[in-house]
Amino acid sequence: MIEFFKLYYEHLPAWWPQIVPAIGNTIGLTAGAYMLAVVLGLILAVGKTSKIGPFRWFCTGYIEVVRGIPSLAILFLLYFGLVPLGIVLDAFTAGFIGLGLSGSAYIAEVFRAGLEAVHKGQREAALAVGMTPFASFRYITLPQAIRVVLPPLLNMLIMLLKDSSICSLISTPELMLRAKDLASEYFLPMHVYLLIGVLYFALAFPLSLLAKMVQKRMSSSRRVTE
Amino acid sequence: MSDILLRIEDVIKSFDELEVLKGISLELKRGEKIAIIGPSGSGKSTLLRTINYLEIPTSGHIYLDGELVGEKQVEEKFVRTSEKMLARFRAQIGMVFQGFYLWPHLNAIENVAIGPQKVRGISKEKAFALAEEMLAKVHLDHKIKEYPERLSGGQQQRVAIARALAQEPKLMLFDEPTSALDPELVGEVLKVIHELADEGRSMVLVTHEIGFAREVADVVYFMDEGVIVEYGPPEQVFEKPRQTRTKAFLSQLFSH
Ligand SMILES: Nc1ncnc2c1ncn2[C@@H]1O[C@H](COP(=O)(O)OP(=O)(O)OP(=O)(O)O)[C@@H](O)[C@H]1O
Ligand SMILES: [Mg+2]
Repeated sequence: MIEFFKLYYEHLPAWWPQIVPAIGNTIGLTAGAYMLAVVLGLILAVGKTSKIGPFRWFCTGYIEVVRGIPSLAILFLLYFGLVPLGIVLDAFTAGFIGLGLSGSAYIAEVFRAGLEAVHKGQREAALAVGMTPFASFRYITLPQAIRVVLPPLLNMLIMLLKDSSICSLISTPELMLRAKDLASEYFLPMHVYLLIGVLYFALAFPLSLLAKMVQKRMSSSRRVTE
Repeated sequence: MSDILLRIEDVIKSFDELEVLKGISLELKRGEKIAIIGPSGSGKSTLLRTINYLEIPTSGHIYLDGELVGEKQVEEKFVRTSEKMLARFRAQIGMVFQGFYLWPHLNAIENVAIGPQKVRGISKEKAFALAEEMLAKVHLDHKIKEYPERLSGGQQQRVAIARALAQEPKLMLFDEPTSALDPELVGEVLKVIHELADEGRSMVLVTHEIGFAREVADVVYFMDEGVIVEYGPPEQVFEKPRQTRTKAFLSQLFSH
């Protein structure tokens, strides 16, 4: 047992300076992908109920198709598959776009459920006071939907944080890639991957606590419908 | 300016196969109060909702203060206006729903103030001052910071009335404003509507409260199966109805 920790004691000073920037990259990758996924997801959710046919079909199709494709396939497509077309993305860009695109299809469904949870009378009351459809969405429907979707949206962030590790397969310089390199360089896979696991957990756990807190507050505070 | 505030011209409304309004025409003079009565499913709510284009008539036209609502005339044809223009019309018509539909994420004063702020672009201070005034009108000056879920049904409906009043509307529409309320809360809401009527406001009131309709309405319309069966001053419609359908409806209502 002592032996086990002694190895960390020996190697951590060398590993740590390599791990820290990788943590930064994982956070950056996750944050970028998440923002993309949330913005796209909201647009897709609105588009899915749009009155404009082609827009609705596109959004519905996108959600269905993307949900059926492994994120890894999307990453490979972006990173390797576009090269013959002369589009060369660096591994970080391909990573965050790929994760964002695949995440957006799930987040769209979360938003759609949230928007549907808002009673239709809410919107009509907004239209009746003279708000435009956009204003009624912006000031009345969306704020209420956000209360519903916040907990699942936070859970999606946790999923995305963990999923960002697959970007190591297109050599995005994030935490998992660094782990793989260190593990093979030092022949200490157990030590390295345990450490990395703890680090992912340390990033995810506060988010998970936050999600629980928000969930509790949302369910105890103002009800959303009517 | 003509003294006709609202004109409904041969409005037909169908939902798919179902024709709910079968050619309704009606006029309301400035300051006049109309009550609409009729059995459930006769199309009263639908008629009210077509007035501010929450439902788009299948055919027929609505005029508010001489102007076409939701449409414009290009040469001989009627075409739909933009959502922006439509919103401008809706802002002139206050609507009170059976289910209140207060916005639960906003407190009472915010519920009333947000319309003036976002629709008319009034400053926040002015909108809140206006909202406070309107809440005082519905006797809720002591509840301005409460969220809807902490208000009784009667109080919620009064906030909803204040919200409509803050539009400074030319016309008020009430769709069975007391039907969702416990009996003991009906009075406070009717009292407020009565006060508004006494101010000389123009209103269309759909109600099952015959006694109240009789007190405030200038004209009573009886609707059944999407048509106006008869109309006239309350004394006439309630006491000497001409149509058998009206008689049947009233006797059924009073037998309860
Ligand atoms: N959006 C809609 N789609 C399809 N049918 C509808 C819709 N809205 C109303 N209807 C139908 O139109 C008819 C008239 O409904 P409406 O709500 O106008 O009646 P009402 O006179 O207000 O009845 P109540 O006294 O119960 O409120 C009903 O048969 C109803 O089912
Ligand atoms: Mg109705």
